[in-house]
Amino acid sequence: MIRFILSKLLYLVPTFIGITIVAFGFIRLLPGDPVLLMAGERGVSPERYAVIAEQLGFDKPVWQQYLTYLGNLLQGDLGNSLVTKRPVMDEFMALFPATVELAVVAIILATLIGVPVGVLAAIKRGSWFDQISMTGALVGFSMPIFWWGLLLIIFFSGYLGWTPVSGRISLMYYFPDVTGFMLIDSLLSGEKGAFTSAVSHLILPSVVLATIPLAVIARQTRSAMLEVMGEDYVRTARAKGLKPSRVIGIHALRNAMIPVITTIGLQVGVLMAGAILTETIFSWPGIGKWMIDSISRRDYPVVQSGLLLIALIVMVVNLLVDLTYGLINPRIRHK
Amino acid sequence: MSLLNIRNLTVRFATSTGAFTAVDGIDVRVDKGEVLAVVGESGSGKSVAMLAVMGLLPDTATVTADEMTFDGQNMLAMSPRQRRRIIGREITMIFQEPIASLNPSFTVGYQIEEVLRFNAGLGRKAARARAIELFDAVGIPEPEQRLKSYPHQMSGGQSQRVMIAMAIATNPRLLIADEPTTALDVTIQKQILDLLMKLQEDSGMALILITHDMGVVAETADRVMVQYKGHKMEESDVLTLFENPQSPYTRALLSALPENATGDRLPTVSDFFKAADAQIAAEGGAA
Repeated sequence: MIRFILSKLLYLVPTFIGITIVAFGFIRLLPGDPVLLMAGERGVSPERYAVIAEQLGFDKPVWQQYLTYLGNLLQGDLGNSLVTKRPVMDEFMALFPATVELAVVAIILATLIGVPVGVLAAIKRGSWFDQISMTGALVGFSMPIFWWGLLLIIFFSGYLGWTPVSGRISLMYYFPDVTGFMLIDSLLSGEKGAFTSAVSHLILPSVVLATIPLAVIARQTRSAMLEVMGEDYVRTARAKGLKPSRVIGIHALRNAMIPVITTIGLQVGVLMAGAILTETIFSWPGIGKWMIDSISRRDYPVVQSGLLLIALIVMVVNLLVDLTYGLINPRIRHK
Repeated sequence: MSLLNIRNLTVRFATSTGAFTAVDGIDVRVDKGEVLAVVGESGSGKSVAMLAVMGLLPDTATVTADEMTFDGQNMLAMSPRQRRRIIGREITMIFQEPIASLNPSFTVGYQIEEVLRFNAGLGRKAARARAIELFDAVGIPEPEQRLKSYPHQMSGGQSQRVMIAMAIATNPRLLIADEPTTALDVTIQKQILDLLMKLQEDSGMALILITHDMGVVAETADRVMVQYKGHKMEESDVLTLFENPQSPYTRALLSALPENATGDRLPTVSDFFKAADAQIAAEGGAA
């Protein structure tokens, strides 16, 4: 097991270096100059420009800037934001719980709905439930997040008035940050109605963020179940005279979950990408919105280090998925 | 009274090109404690007929019969729930591919204890103790340790022993063995067959042995049923079948045995297809 983890960790090293190159390079490919943007409409004199560029290290050749960035990274220094001057890590840690909260709720929602829908669609293959749910999944998968989010806001917030339009909690409530997770903090605060407000703020963004993973999980579960249901060991389970619920829920599902868990893990990357759009639509103060704002400000350190941190999270989650895969698939575990 | 009695069993599959009849009006009778061999080439419908009895065919299959009784109980009139009281308890089945027939995600111990807990009504501890006894009975060494193994950690022969242990766990009255040795090495084939026959003799259960190996038939069966293209070509006791085969198809199967070779070239079953097809046509015409 330890060798398995170590071999997986070794893979992370080249991936990590690749991401630093991409993160560093892409933001510099964008047109726009951070120094000019900082100066704003007043502009800046060439002399002053040279001083600022030197302070920020932009006067050096790009490869030298990259090596400095990499050197700092290895010492745990992600740099400071050009705009707020605060360390990128501090900003990230302050905003990260909001994104995690949204992403976790979204993936739980997608799994709790997607897996049963996929199982049911497989069992009732060709039925109206199968047809409707799989068509729905295709529509969900194809739905542009931005448009889907706006549509939900217009209907549920605008027309029906059931949910708030944006933010994490109503301005009526104020309580200290304990965990950074609004659902937990609102409960800890003991303020009446705070938790309900946090939940109502979370519903639409998490539904929007869950839509694509839900569609993918439902379709993957269906196809995995269909494959597994034709296996000899499922026939054996039926030959034992076991109840259909046990044959499907224990014997088939356990095996069908192996590819589904991989899919769920891969959705974390999709969630991070989706969070950027979802947080922008719902003004959700998480790292997605922070990244978008930083890109428009050409805040190089924030973008390159933020991207790196997001990529690290995806890598760690994928590693965890690999480990879980070994847990539920004994053939992998015993290799 | 026979233990299993089936009259006019027909199984049709809905396919994209129309209905396909896999089993066409066969009768099956098995008496208590009897060993019935069902022989025929691949695609003759021998497995499908038995899967129909077990209720294990996919939804695309339509099973009809004039009569299907087990120990006098009408299986055709049973609800799925009533049927499950017989299937897996009174009638059990083992299959051709033992490793694929065991669930790769659970230990073999879990899989046999499941039978003991749900079908024999034992508690966890009693199920474990009985599982060890059963593994011992089917010749699995170090049964306590082996219970913790996953199917991929066992050989084909051992997996089939596990399948047999599961199948006899409830002291069934009928065991259907669907080509139980086809996927195994020749030396292991003999061991598994000997084991099956010993268990059958000890317990007095009836055994339906599906096979295409006439050698196996000669060694084990009391009675033989020969199937071809979903039809029953012949049924008789084992001695009569080998000494005086009636159907051209049975003669084909027997003459294709290397030990029966007379000329330079070993005849194949296909040499006799015309005669066999004529027999089916004649029976169809008579009906």
